[in-house]
Amino acid sequence: MLGPALILIPFVSGLLAFWLRADGPRRTLLVATAIAHAGLTLAAWVRYSEHLPGTVPTPGRAWVAIDSTGLLFLTTVSMLFLCCAIYSVGYLKREKHREHVDYEEHLFFSNEPEAVFTGCLLLFLASMTLVCASQHFGLLWVGIEATTLASAPLIYFHRQHRSLEATWKYLLICSVGIALALLGNFLLAVAASNGTKPIAGMVVSELVQNAARLHAPWLKAAFIFLLVGYGTKMGLAPMHTWLPDAHSESPSVVSALLSGALLNCAFVGILRAHQVCVAAGVADFSQELLRGFGLVSMAIAAVFILGQVDFKRMLAYSSVEHMGILALGVGLGGAGAFGAGLHAINHSLSKACLFLVAGNILAAYETKAVKDISGLRRLLPLSGILWLMGFLAITGSPPFGTFLSEFTILKAALDGQHPLVAVYYLAVLAIVFIGMANIVLPMTQGKPRESVARLCPRDSLWATLPPAALCLGVLVAGMYLPPTLSEMLHEVAATMGGK
Amino acid sequence: MHGEGSIPLVLTLVLAPFFLGVINRTKAIVGGRTGQPLLQVYFDLFKLLGKGAVYSRTTTWVFRAGPIVGLAAVLLVATLVPFGPFRALVSFDGDLILLAYLLGLGRMSTVLAALDTGSPFEGMGASREVMFSALAEPALLLGLAALARATHVLSLTEMHRLLDASGWANEGLAISLVAVALVVVFLAENSRIPVDDPNTHLELTMVHEVMVLDHGGPDFAYILYGAALKLWILGSLVTGLVVPAGTTVAVVELGVALASMLGLAILVGLIESSMARLRMIRVPQLLVGAVALSSLALVLEFGGL
Amino acid sequence: MLFAEAAGPHYFVNLTLVLIMLINLALLGSSRLSVCVRLSAAQGILLSVLPLEMPEHDFWSVFVVAAIILLLKGFVFPALLVRTLRTAQVRDEVVPIVSYAASLVVGVAVLCLGFWISSRLTLPHPATSPLVLPLALSTTLVGLFLIVSRKTALMQVIGYLVLENGIYIFGLSLVQDEPFLVEMGILLDIFVAVFVMGIAIFHINREFDHIDVGQLTSLKD
Repeated sequence: MLGPALILIPFVSGLLAFWLRADGPRRTLLVATAIAHAGLTLAAWVRYSEHLPGTVPTPGRAWVAIDSTGLLFLTTVSMLFLCCAIYSVGYLKREKHREHVDYEEHLFFSNEPEAVFTGCLLLFLASMTLVCASQHFGLLWVGIEATTLASAPLIYFHRQHRSLEATWKYLLICSVGIALALLGNFLLAVAASNGTKPIAGMVVSELVQNAARLHAPWLKAAFIFLLVGYGTKMGLAPMHTWLPDAHSESPSVVSALLSGALLNCAFVGILRAHQVCVAAGVADFSQELLRGFGLVSMAIAAVFILGQVDFKRMLAYSSVEHMGILALGVGLGGAGAFGAGLHAINHSLSKACLFLVAGNILAAYETKAVKDISGLRRLLPLSGILWLMGFLAITGSPPFGTFLSEFTILKAALDGQHPLVAVYYLAVLAIVFIGMANIVLPMTQGKPRESVARLCPRDSLWATLPPAALCLGVLVAGMYLPPTLSEMLHEVAATMGGK
Repeated sequence: MHGEGSIPLVLTLVLAPFFLGVINRTKAIVGGRTGQPLLQVYFDLFKLLGKGAVYSRTTTWVFRAGPIVGLAAVLLVATLVPFGPFRALVSFDGDLILLAYLLGLGRMSTVLAALDTGSPFEGMGASREVMFSALAEPALLLGLAALARATHVLSLTEMHRLLDASGWANEGLAISLVAVALVVVFLAENSRIPVDDPNTHLELTMVHEVMVLDHGGPDFAYILYGAALKLWILGSLVTGLVVPAGTTVAVVELGVALASMLGLAILVGLIESSMARLRMIRVPQLLVGAVALSSLALVLEFGGL
Repeated sequence: MLFAEAAGPHYFVNLTLVLIMLINLALLGSSRLSVCVRLSAAQGILLSVLPLEMPEHDFWSVFVVAAIILLLKGFVFPALLVRTLRTAQVRDEVVPIVSYAASLVVGVAVLCLGFWISSRLTLPHPATSPLVLPLALSTTLVGLFLIVSRKTALMQVIGYLVLENGIYIFGLSLVQDEPFLVEMGILLDIFVAVFVMGIAIFHINREFDHIDVGQLTSLKD
């Protein structure tokens, strides 16, 4: 009953948050739910490790069950949400007393009611958990669409026109994309039916068991639509256009969740489809598509990171790049699938850390323009260090976990006789490193401007502890991989046709 | 050639001006007037034939040939169209394409004659006429193609014969789409409301009428008669499609066909009394809509309905 | 009924599908938002008839699904849209990027494309009617086209609904045994989506004094 509990608890407390009037209890509820969610996830880990090694029962026909893939992504969601919940307590306090003047146009605006924000945040968690835990393709679709709807109001927290524009783009583009995924679902159902009776229900394990009898051409068509549909949500280029806008205009805590948790959830949808393709023996087809989208995403992201003037947009494009790396990893197969699983965790942790720090920077400097920011190290020593560490982590420098995972994917490219892909991959990573270094380093060095230095608030514990914890997580992942985690990653990779 | 084939031709030649008269009369009655006599168009034709013509010195033989070629083309079309229980005078596989192109030929001669005058108004009318018919023609051709596909024959006469009650039951969907499209084509080709207003007095808003402003006497009579014939021919195409040839008794069928033509004339009169001409920019939309309907019908036929 | 039997078993399915396609064409050609909302309502009502015409389904669940689709797509969504139109007090204009006549041509092209694609696909089991697949595909594509070719936010929502309808035609006719709960979940999601989009349009209008998304251009690289 862990799965349903994991979904229902945030759902109920989300509804409760809409109704609670006082700020204090509501914020407590937010953090308490996050802790409860993390606790239940931990319980799922305990249960999972009891079955090791290699004897995990297949989830059977249950619609909601937590298998290795689900647990992997559920863990990132849960960890990130806990950090973001704690961070958002400080954030919401700050927002309450701040003068609401737009940084760019100096117009006054109001915030969304805090109850709506908190409620949607919790519903967002519930829907993401649903995505991770659902074994049924229909339910998965319902979950992913629900994440869009629950997160759209979060992006429009600051009620001004740019965030509204971002919200509209996000809502429309993602809804259309996900509608295409629904078509993919139906195509999959057609592939799984034979004359009068369906061969298999839409449950992942059932489809995988009966994969050999699936109708291959329709399965391929289904995969294309699922990839394009969920790929839109995941931010794969060229369907990524909503992503930089939504990530740059939403509050940083929401950006962290969108980038670290939501994109991964969409990736779960693609992985499930890929899993069926692997079992049905059309892995070559799906891997080729994944590789293609991965390479295109990386290239487009690299182009837009170079010379980016807005540091939150830079982070957003970096998410596009990393989603490309994930798709590429799975597309390469072999060790690549393992690398992609590991990289998903690493990316989530480091990107969420960066976005949270970006929130601190934004609060201090009141601008997103890179050229107006300098002397971060002196002004906000803790945030400055975290910003630098986060930069090193996200660009895959040793000893961070990202180095390990990116290197594994590189190895997969070389093992799989894709030398050109390997060269391309390294080149893009190098370009991104240069592009981001050009933006991040000038921000941290030098002296802060007088006007900023006088007014600036100091680093608070609320605002630095969560990103620090996330950063520590990536660092640890680079040095020590717990055997249970490694076992699980291998298992996930095995379902993706890797090892 | 068939003996009975001359009957539709004769009917067309004799009754076409009457059809126009019915439309005018309906409009007059709805408008609360007594209106012209039903046979007024015949009187006009006789009057015009008895007059002389004045030709501008700037015009050439193209201007004089225009009305004659136009009338000849429409007369040829009249030999291709069956009516009621009777076959057309000429029928062969693919005559429906000849029909469309003869209509095109007639239009081209009118347009060339209009351009030959060098008058800006006539040029403007010509350009509009060409644009509208360029959109109406695909609707007509695609619609006929859909019917050809439905009946598996390529001649208008055969098609007409096969479109009986059972044809309607099997292909009703496609046929009704084509019928709507053909009504639009019928209205557009004959410059009726809502595409063009035959009674307008303002050159700027005219389409067809402005092209023939410089014609007089017998030339104008040819044009007028040609227009009446065209109205009848396309009208009989539409009614032949909508009212299936079902009975075996020729007299009854002829009666039904004539009655449906009368009904169509009254319908056109009612449409013209109840609505205004569309704005010029909306007309292409209407015609493209007709093309869309025809193509939908054709696609449905190919899609194995 | 006699007439229908003479016309073959799929007569009503075909009729419904063709009417849905005609509504697509009308949506492409109409310039008034209020008309488009009504057309989308009509399309929703027609769509709700489809599951009833499909054989080999369990009657009661089909009946309930049909009733809910009728309620949502035929009445609730249009009511939400009309409400948005009224509260936003926007001009009743579609504001196309592609002219109406050209849109109609695109509609026809998309129709042909739908037939062409489905002629190249072989279904593992025969569909209820040969028109299902092509018309589902072309309705989906018309929806996509409406979204990209109309600047008014409300029209984009209508386009989204048309897109969804197209996908639904596909699902209703080709997918056997779609679990009832999933079906309801999908409908609930779409309902919330339309609801949230309605709220967003309200805010867009308040913030910008128009709902022309062609002018939402402050975010770009």
